[in-house]
This record gives sequence, C-alpha cells and structure tokens, in this order.
Amino acid sequence: MKPFSLTQPKDADAAIQAHAKLPDAQFIGGGTNLLDLMKYGVMEPKSLVDLQDLSFHEIGPGSDGGLRLGAGVTNAETAEHPKVKKDYPLLSQAILSGASPQLRNMATNGGNLLQRTRCYYFYDCATACNKRRPGSGCAALKGFNRIHAILGASEHCIATHPSDMCVALVALDAVVKVRGPEGEREIAVEEFHRLPGENPEKDTVLKESELILSIELPSSNFSKHSHYLKVRDRESYAFALVSVAAALQLSGGRIVDSRVALGGVAHKPWRARAAEDFLKNKECDRDLFLEAGKLVVKDARGYGHNDFKLELAPRAVAEALLQAWKGQES
Amino acid sequence: MNNSSLNKVSFTVNGQTIEEEVASWVTLLDFLRERLHQYGTKKGCDHGQCGACTVLVNGKRVNSCLVLAARLEGKEVTTVEGLSSNGELHPMQAAFLEHDAFQCGYCTPGQICSAVALVEEGTASTRDEIREWMSGNLCRCGAYNNIVDAVSEVLDAQKGVRV
Repeated sequence: MKPFSLTQPKDADAAIQAHAKLPDAQFIGGGTNLLDLMKYGVMEPKSLVDLQDLSFHEIGPGSDGGLRLGAGVTNAETAEHPKVKKDYPLLSQAILSGASPQLRNMATNGGNLLQRTRCYYFYDCATACNKRRPGSGCAALKGFNRIHAILGASEHCIATHPSDMCVALVALDAVVKVRGPEGEREIAVEEFHRLPGENPEKDTVLKESELILSIELPSSNFSKHSHYLKVRDRESYAFALVSVAAALQLSGGRIVDSRVALGGVAHKPWRARAAEDFLKNKECDRDLFLEAGKLVVKDARGYGHNDFKLELAPRAVAEALLQAWKGQES
Repeated sequence: MNNSSLNKVSFTVNGQTIEEEVASWVTLLDFLRERLHQYGTKKGCDHGQCGACTVLVNGKRVNSCLVLAARLEGKEVTTVEGLSSNGELHPMQAAFLEHDAFQCGYCTPGQICSAVALVEEGTASTRDEIREWMSGNLCRCGAYNNIVDAVSEVLDAQKGVRV
C-alpha cells in the first residue's frame, strides 16, 4: 500500500470536516474492499478517515414502524439481528449469501453500499478501465466479460455492482440517510447507485464528503413470501452471476403486490418494475413467473461471454418467485 | 484528533498488552508476524480471500490481512498461539490432530481460529452448514472432509455439555 494518514474522529460532523479538509480522503468502515483495492493500487487515498468511533453502530426502530440500520453495524450483526430475520428475511438471506463469515464480521452496512465492482479489468492496473482511469477505455467490452452487465451498460463501462445486500435493499424500498457539509438528505437505495453513462468512475450519487449515517427500512408486508436466489460458479463464497430478490404479498394465490430486483446484471442493483406491474392481481403460477422474467430482459444485450445471462436472468426470476411463493409459506 | 501516519495504539494479543507506535498502513497480520514474531498466523493471499490469516478480534473471526493495526485501540486479539491453556490444547486443536484435518498445515491456524468462532456463533450444526460457515477458509491440499469431521466432533461435544 502507498503511505496514508489515519484520522480517528469521534463524531459524524468531525468525520465530514476531516474528509473535506484532508487531501484525497476516503472514509474507512470495515475496510474489506477499500484496503484490498489499496493493496492492488486501484485506489490510492492519501488520507483515511476512520468511522469506528462514530455512534452509528445500532439497529433500532425507524420511522412509521420501520427499522433503522446504523451504517456502522456489521453485515454479520445485521443478518443475525432478530428483527431483521423476522421482518426482513430477504435482507438477512441476501447478506448471508455474500462473502465469508470473516468478511461479514468486518464489513459495515455503509461500506456494503459503497462496494466497488469486481470487474477483472477494474482490478488490473495494466489494462484500460474508465472506472479506474477515466478516458482510458473499457477492456471488458471486447475482453472476458462473463461476469458483466446485460442491462443499463454504456460503451464506456459494462461493470456490475457486486453487492447482494443492496439487491435486497432495493427490493425492500430502503432509503439511505446521508450527511454532508451541506446537511442531511435521504436517497432511495434504488437511486443511490447510478448507471455508468459517460462517467463510470462515479458509482453513486453521493456528493463530496457526504457520509452514510443509516439505512432506513420501511415497514414491510413481504416477510412471509420472499426469497433471495443467487446463481454463481461456486456453491459458496462467490459473487453472483445473476441474483434475484423476489417478494410477494398474497391474498390466497393472488398477487396483491410484488418486488423483483436483480444483482449481477447491471452497474446498479436492478429493480424490475415492469415485471412487478405485470404480476399485479394475477394468480401465482410458474408460467406467469416465467413471463415476468422475460420482461426483465426485454431491453437487455450480451457482450459475448455473458450472453448466457440473457437466458439465465429470466429463469432465475421465475425460480426466485416460485421459491418466494412456495418456499416460505407460513 | 490524531491525523498522522504514525499512530500510538494499545491493545492485547493473547492477553499480553501491546503499546506501540505503528504506521497507518501496517496490517494486524504483518504486525503479528514482523513486530511480535508470532508466526502462527499465516499470510496466504493478503487480500481477504483465503482465510489463512484468520484471528479473533473481541471474539469475532476476521481476516487480519484487512485489519489496520492502528485501528485496534482497546481491542482483544486472539491468535492460534492463544488458544491453548496451561499446556493443554484447545479442543478444536485436539480434534484437528485426531482427525488428521490437514496435510501441509499452512491453512490450519486460520481454519482452527475460524472453527473456534463457528462453535461460539452457534449458527452451524449440520455438515453442510459447517461447510458453508467455513467457506472463508480455503485448503489447497483439500483436507475439507477431515476438517468437517474435526469441527463436527467439537460441535457435538458442545451440544453434549449444553444438554
């Protein structure tokens, strides 16, 4: 790693001030992704602002019967929290499908939102990557792009967002609460990550020195019928090729409301609203779920090695909906 | 507020108090091996992928290659060297010996620290669950079957005690 200074503020305002003042600063939560990238020379901050002494390490009641997840709470604590397991099993399942127990013990909720892509070329400093070095090109476009995006990509970047947790958060309509030099604001997780467009170096809509304080989960009617399906090259400890967070609110076999979001297919967790609209007021059925899946890839395109995702994604959507319907019926 | 590349930090390693000045970029793994000369904790990938460097911080298993030593103020670190007491092997160490749960042994300290935490966490009970919850520890020799045997035996013994 290149040398850097470490600053350990005691509260959020001091952290934001330090970040704004120090040269080339990054906040550090668990550090599982940031230090990894620093060792590879992909990120080379001159200053780290340590967030471990801030008072945002709790899970507690949110507004309107929802749940507030402190940004500093670890992924492991979040997944195992009784309230999360009971009311948001989709989130718990998604978190536990990612990384390893060791990494989940370190990684924080705020940090999970800010994970960088696992695109091989982003990690490989010898190659062109517009996300790592804007203007240098995209080696993935015509390279090995098995893990890359089929939705919402641009000619500048076809990387995917690697998080499982964020896919569940998008499905659950979660909101990110942030504070910056200009005050606090709330951003829906669905709007928090951005598509690459011409600026793939920007993963999120966070402004300079803005700090994530919490993730706000609204009260949920989806706890009885939800499923997180993760398709990957290994049974465990691997990033998703395609993942689906599916949730149903049922009246008998009729779908009152539904949520479908995908991971591994785009630069951001992908909410499939067309599929959700299609499912409304229909009777649960395998063929119906397959039709919904096909809607997800209507505007999708492959880049060669990842063409298989065009077929895998709709099938994964159908399977996740099927599991949500039958698997956790209570 | 300290803002420096040299940081005073105080924490414990296997019960021994450490008070040192460390550079910001020194990982716990390098600190253990190069500063304390405790070589039980192994450096495998150095990127949080293989689990060879697994230690316990405040009882939780973590990859020490991704922990900055300067961030450990007030924390308790336990490495494989700290598991035995009064010359007696920890039950997990004994079970690894009993079940021949290694070949070259390089991943073993990390496997054992991880398995000790697994038992404490209480989330795994079946063999499949042990495999899932040990997935952050790779064994290049492929001693997985015997590792699961060892962890399984300690888990079963624990259940016996709890009943």
